[in-house]
Amino acid sequence: MSDAGLGGPGSGEGPATLTVANRLSGYIRGGGVLIPIVTALIAFFIGGIVIALAGANPIDTYRAIFEGSGLNWLLPWVSGEDRTLAALNLQQTLILTAPLILTGLAVAFAFRAGLFNIGGNGQYLIGSYGAVYAASSFEGMPGWLHIIVAMVAGAVVGALWGGIAGFLKAATGANEVISTIMLNYTALYMGLYFFGTNGPLHSSDPANASIPVSNDILADTHLPVFWGDPELQGLHIGIFIAVGVTALFWVLLNRSTTGYEVRAVGFNPDAAEYGGISAGRNYVKVMLICGAFAGLAGAIDVLGWQYRIATIDVQVSLIGFTGIAVALLGRNTAVGTAIAALLFAALQNGTSVRNLDPTVFEPELATNLATVIQGLIVLFVSAPVLVTMFSPARLRRRRARRARGAEASS
Amino acid sequence: MHALLGENGAGKSTLMNVLYGLHHPDEGQMFLRGEPVHIGSPREAIGLKIGMVHQHFMLIPVMTVAENVVLASEPTKGAMLDRNAAEERVRELSQRFGLRVDPRAYVEDIGVGQQQRVEILRVLHRGAEVLILDEPTAVLTAQEIADLFGVLRALTAEGVSVIFITHKLKEVLEIADRVTVLRRGKKIDTVSTEGATEASLAKLMVGRDVLFRLDKAQAKPGEPLLDVRGLEALDDRDLPALRGLDLQVRAGEIVGLAGVDGNGQSELVECIAGLRTPTGGHIEVGGVDITGAGVRDALAAGVGHIAEDRHRRGLILDFTLAENLALREYKRESRWGLLSPKQMRRMAAPLLEQYDVRGGTPDTPAGSLSGGNQQKCVIARELAEEPQVTIAAQPTRGLDVGAIEFVHRRLIEQRDAGRGVLLVSLELEEIRSLADRILVIYEGRVVGEFPPDTTEEELGVYMTGGGAKAGAA
Repeated sequence: MSDAGLGGPGSGEGPATLTVANRLSGYIRGGGVLIPIVTALIAFFIGGIVIALAGANPIDTYRAIFEGSGLNWLLPWVSGEDRTLAALNLQQTLILTAPLILTGLAVAFAFRAGLFNIGGNGQYLIGSYGAVYAASSFEGMPGWLHIIVAMVAGAVVGALWGGIAGFLKAATGANEVISTIMLNYTALYMGLYFFGTNGPLHSSDPANASIPVSNDILADTHLPVFWGDPELQGLHIGIFIAVGVTALFWVLLNRSTTGYEVRAVGFNPDAAEYGGISAGRNYVKVMLICGAFAGLAGAIDVLGWQYRIATIDVQVSLIGFTGIAVALLGRNTAVGTAIAALLFAALQNGTSVRNLDPTVFEPELATNLATVIQGLIVLFVSAPVLVTMFSPARLRRRRARRARGAEASS
Repeated sequence: MHALLGENGAGKSTLMNVLYGLHHPDEGQMFLRGEPVHIGSPREAIGLKIGMVHQHFMLIPVMTVAENVVLASEPTKGAMLDRNAAEERVRELSQRFGLRVDPRAYVEDIGVGQQQRVEILRVLHRGAEVLILDEPTAVLTAQEIADLFGVLRALTAEGVSVIFITHKLKEVLEIADRVTVLRRGKKIDTVSTEGATEASLAKLMVGRDVLFRLDKAQAKPGEPLLDVRGLEALDDRDLPALRGLDLQVRAGEIVGLAGVDGNGQSELVECIAGLRTPTGGHIEVGGVDITGAGVRDALAAGVGHIAEDRHRRGLILDFTLAENLALREYKRESRWGLLSPKQMRRMAAPLLEQYDVRGGTPDTPAGSLSGGNQQKCVIARELAEEPQVTIAAQPTRGLDVGAIEFVHRRLIEQRDAGRGVLLVSLELEEIRSLADRILVIYEGRVVGEFPPDTTEEELGVYMTGGGAKAGAA
């Protein structure tokens, strides 16, 4: 294994107090792609044991999940009917990838500033509310403009939602982990209220009088489908938006003064202050940006395929939480997050009831399997010791480096 | 008593960590009382009667002295800690070795010097016969150092062997019987302190002759550049730290600010650098009022700030050297909010060369450099802008003699170029050799002004609140 240190450069002199966020950002700081790959492989291996314990064949099951994700479309020898099915599956996977990239970036950006944004889900939900409201109002607006307005609405309310946590942290020192968790609940119950049968944003269609849903968005605000049949939920342009935002994330973080400040605050708030960078102002700025990412994810789902919000979907929404796992596995880098989002989307889609071959693995258990593997990945990322155990040479190097660090500080 | 002397990064701490079982040797053998031993862990080291007092204390602040001393080997009564026995034991030990400390006091309430005694007591309580002290004087005042040396002499008289790690030559000569000098992980020589001089030890340590006397021309002070009047400020606990402090630094002079740690030095430095908002008074730099103006404005007015703690404030260890060197001026180098890494590297390379930062390119993370080179990097950044006034807070803390010489020369260069330097240091020797005027700070006020040839004793009297209140400088 290369010098892909978990603690990253200078780990010998890490912060004196190791919070969870510190430790995780230490994991992320280290360069190299091997650790995340090993992490994922170990998670899949242990997932395989779980599959075997459930009485199925792990290899067959993983193959079935792979095919269910539609990634086999990329293999040139898949043809005929298989290919048609694979295309449908892959479209589904990519539809899910787009919001996962964005919620992943929402967590990753916060991590870079030393913040742990657990509020991706709330920011995603609030964003979807904003988008559904904008897209179901303003009749007569040209379609392309309306789409932009709805997306901006989603991003802006998401940003404000995230900004609350940033502001609380800057103004009162409130821990962002706690406040973002609380804001998740607030966002969830606001949705239940808004779109409940007596709520202010409940559908005005008499046919929906007893169904807790929002108004349908206007037909011309649907995101254009560029691959597959729009009637059969083909792939909409949201994935391009997500990839575009990924590029923006990279530039923002690595090439802008904002990113320089964010990283400075993330690594060492005291030194940042010394350079004239206000940590508090950056906490607000960062959380606004994170909220915008997650809010945009909500907008893309509403405009791309949901077309309305039902409270039942709000209640089971987990996409913002999956974003945490995506960011961790992607090491909070732009490209890493995008790849991890694709992996998680494929896993979820591949194990969904309708895609996984029921003769290979019981469909009732299949969705849980995706959750198990996700959980294992988060576990290994949070406890990197388990992964480093596999590389004694690295451990030796790390010890030597720590010794040098101790010496340098004497 | 044996002293271990060496530059930063010479391997002193590593060697001691091996002795204490914290690190494991790659090869070679250790002998204890003539027997070869293998020490796998601190527990085994304690079993072999080796004790270590770390540079950073490992005490539990909310527990009493006695509880800390007996920790992990408590006298028990049933399942309960026998508090009286513990206190008795501490009293007995402290009497025997002259380590005065109240066993019932809480560790968080006692001073650093006392805490160190608690650490030593703890080690003795475990029956140590070999006592390792890692840079024990780094955190102590002159008086506390004298007390510590008294204790150590008492210990050696009782038959305890003491290994004393330091890079301060003077202490070695004062306290040790023999010295082993390390350089780059190799033993250079073991000599008796009898007949050794600071110069001879420094030569062994650095490998070349070191100039102790700084050659500097007479100062030619000009216009006042930094003018602080009636400054008042609170510390982090919201208690008054500065109580109407006045001082001036003129062009072409180095003003040394001497004082016991915690008398308002840090707050003063932070106020001038724009990191802390004063509650009263004025700060002017070159005629511009920067009272409470913030870091950027202080910088623009011409304040350079070599921070007290380079790890906490001065550097972002995970950033590359180029990124660190840009910390003050990254905004000026940006275009439309974008930064060019290429530009940053181009700016960094000549600075690294000019300030002799070794062991790194612009792309090296600052954390992988040695302490001396990190400090050179900080100094390069602060002096590159040719600030009107440089605030140097403990600029040589933790540096070896070679690096100290470098830092001092740079500060004198500033002075000779007609700029002002405010040197805040706990090392009287540094202040006396570098400053053109010495101000003594005590409880947030300047209590006296002295010429540089004032004796340490006389300064010490004022630093501890004695002496007639001289007119404020």
